[in-house]
Amino acid sequence: MLYFKYDRTFDGLLTCIFDAFNRKEFPDNIVGEDMQLPLFTESFKVVTDEVRADRVLKALRKKISPSATDMLFVSYLSEIEGIEMTLFRYIQKALTAEFSIEMNFADPDVLELSKIYKKVTREEERMRQFVRFQKTTDGIFFAVMDPAHNVLPLSARFFRTRYADQQWIIYDIRRKYGFFYDLKTVETVHFDHLDVSLETGKLTAEKLDDYELAFQGLWKDYLKAITINERKNLKLQRQHLPKRFWKYLTEKQA
Amino acid sequence: MNPNIFDKLKTLAEAAKFDVSCASSGTTRNNPGNNLGSAAGWGICHSFTEDGRCVSLLKIMLTNHCIYDCAYCMNRRSNDVPRSTFAVSELVELTIEFYRRNYIEGLFLSSGIVRNADYTMERMVRVAKDLRLIHRYNGYIHLKSIPGAGRELVAEAGLYADRLSCNIEMPSEESLRIIAPDKDYQSVYRPMHYIQQGFLQGAEDKKKYRHAPRFAPAGQSTQMIIGASPDDDNRILHLANDLYQRPAMKRVYYSGYIHVNTYDTRLPALTTPPLVRENRLYQADWLMRFYQFKVDEIVDESHPNLDLEIDPKLSWALRHPETFPVNVNTADYETILRIPGIGVKSAKLIVSSRRFGRLTSDNLKKMGVVMKRAAYFITCNELPTFTVQEAGPEYIRKALTAPKKKKTDDRQLIIQFDNPLIPNS
Repeated sequence: MLYFKYDRTFDGLLTCIFDAFNRKEFPDNIVGEDMQLPLFTESFKVVTDEVRADRVLKALRKKISPSATDMLFVSYLSEIEGIEMTLFRYIQKALTAEFSIEMNFADPDVLELSKIYKKVTREEERMRQFVRFQKTTDGIFFAVMDPAHNVLPLSARFFRTRYADQQWIIYDIRRKYGFFYDLKTVETVHFDHLDVSLETGKLTAEKLDDYELAFQGLWKDYLKAITINERKNLKLQRQHLPKRFWKYLTEKQA
Repeated sequence: MNPNIFDKLKTLAEAAKFDVSCASSGTTRNNPGNNLGSAAGWGICHSFTEDGRCVSLLKIMLTNHCIYDCAYCMNRRSNDVPRSTFAVSELVELTIEFYRRNYIEGLFLSSGIVRNADYTMERMVRVAKDLRLIHRYNGYIHLKSIPGAGRELVAEAGLYADRLSCNIEMPSEESLRIIAPDKDYQSVYRPMHYIQQGFLQGAEDKKKYRHAPRFAPAGQSTQMIIGASPDDDNRILHLANDLYQRPAMKRVYYSGYIHVNTYDTRLPALTTPPLVRENRLYQADWLMRFYQFKVDEIVDESHPNLDLEIDPKLSWALRHPETFPVNVNTADYETILRIPGIGVKSAKLIVSSRRFGRLTSDNLKKMGVVMKRAAYFITCNELPTFTVQEAGPEYIRKALTAPKKKKTDDRQLIIQFDNPLIPNS
């Protein structure tokens, strides 16, 4: 068994592919360098090299469409266990095939990757749906999220366009980073200490704008008023609005 | 902030809740000048209420005072309900503040009719105008066009709104006359026609001048109440089909009737809203819009109502067994779309994948085809199966509508307590 170790970056993964072709040795598994390897395995440590990664991308662009190339990075953000090997096999097939394989959904890797891509983009859509901003005393709109996949980089552009005239922060509480928009650019931020309730994602009352709690109340009242009780269907609600999102949703908090 | 805004919001949201339209799609606004808001082409649902319906827009009424007395409506003149009215500025502020917190995708404004149609319409247009021109708001706006509103007001509404709608409410004019004596089809069709003209004119101008103002870029929609009148599905779907032939008509919504005014004897006393029928109508609507079905194939004089037990596509397939089984490896896209258990997505996957090799039932299953239904109607690269030709339509209907069996453990002894051989049971 041959294991490749890499630094858990997308460029690192592309370098793995370059090195595999270069060495004519193909890994049975690719893992992060911090992982403990099983017994009786050979390992090879891949050193991330942007030039090599770029060459792989360039070669890929000749074989598959730009949208399929973008799909690879988006699927990588899923952080699903084993995504490295799925991507590796896909790219290997794409590079060696005579025609583009991207539409062959009878191939297990192509289908698998298209499903993962769907999962990630769906999660990103849920960010757009379920982010709830709170206005703070200094006029910044603040929200925390806990998405299943690392989708924050994908949704930054959307929030930048939509809320172009207000300062906002969206913070990924699991991966401990966020984006801050200061009316000009979007920048990455890290907080060592965050004054946020982990159960509700809400800031403490003294940090909130005077009318913030009133608007949260109005929103809750609105949702109660708009419900048609004769048509109550909690199962359908949960289908569209899975319970894992409820904790940071204003309307689901008492 | 005005403290009675809480009461106003509750009253006026409750008054608006029976309007089903909630789409925020069909329009793109890019927000080039760093102002507030954007619209993304397809809609975003921001929350879901306990009835499972999505909340995309702030669906609200400007006022629930009304001079009309429509039998199905909660806000009719003769009902004793709390009445309220928003000031234009209050509603604008509420929309902006909700929008900034990412609660909503935009505003869906409707209104009861005060004084006359034009007076009401003018106030609604002012809300949209203030949002667009004073607050430079680029989010979605859906305005209800009041039945009987004049051409100029509809034309102005179209400049600020993304979508306009005018509800037809009853599937036939006789029913409308009985149930809503103040309205007639003329008062609904006229604004509908204004919207259509404005939409076509806007599209025409756009070709000539790059910066021509857009007129209601997301078109118009309408709504029918289902189950409040004796009209059958044949009538409803043919009307919907006629409406879809109009260039600006994007959606027809069906709303299962809820018996709110229990004292009114003109309406059927339904204990539960006709949810299954409503669902079947939406399925039929989808068949017309996305599956290339003609309305006559779904319902006709001999089958005036949709089958409540099975979906309209399966129902069509069982009436036309001669079309099946279809070979998914060779049939064209249109034919594949008609197979029960295969949707638009899987049909597209099938068509693009079969160029690389023959598909097996295992492939189909992984692509998301519902094999439980599709198995009777297809052949793929495998040994012949038990299809509709061998089984017959009756058998398939029975097999697919059989209630789900509870899982039982074969190792467990089952004692039947109503067994006559056991005394005192």
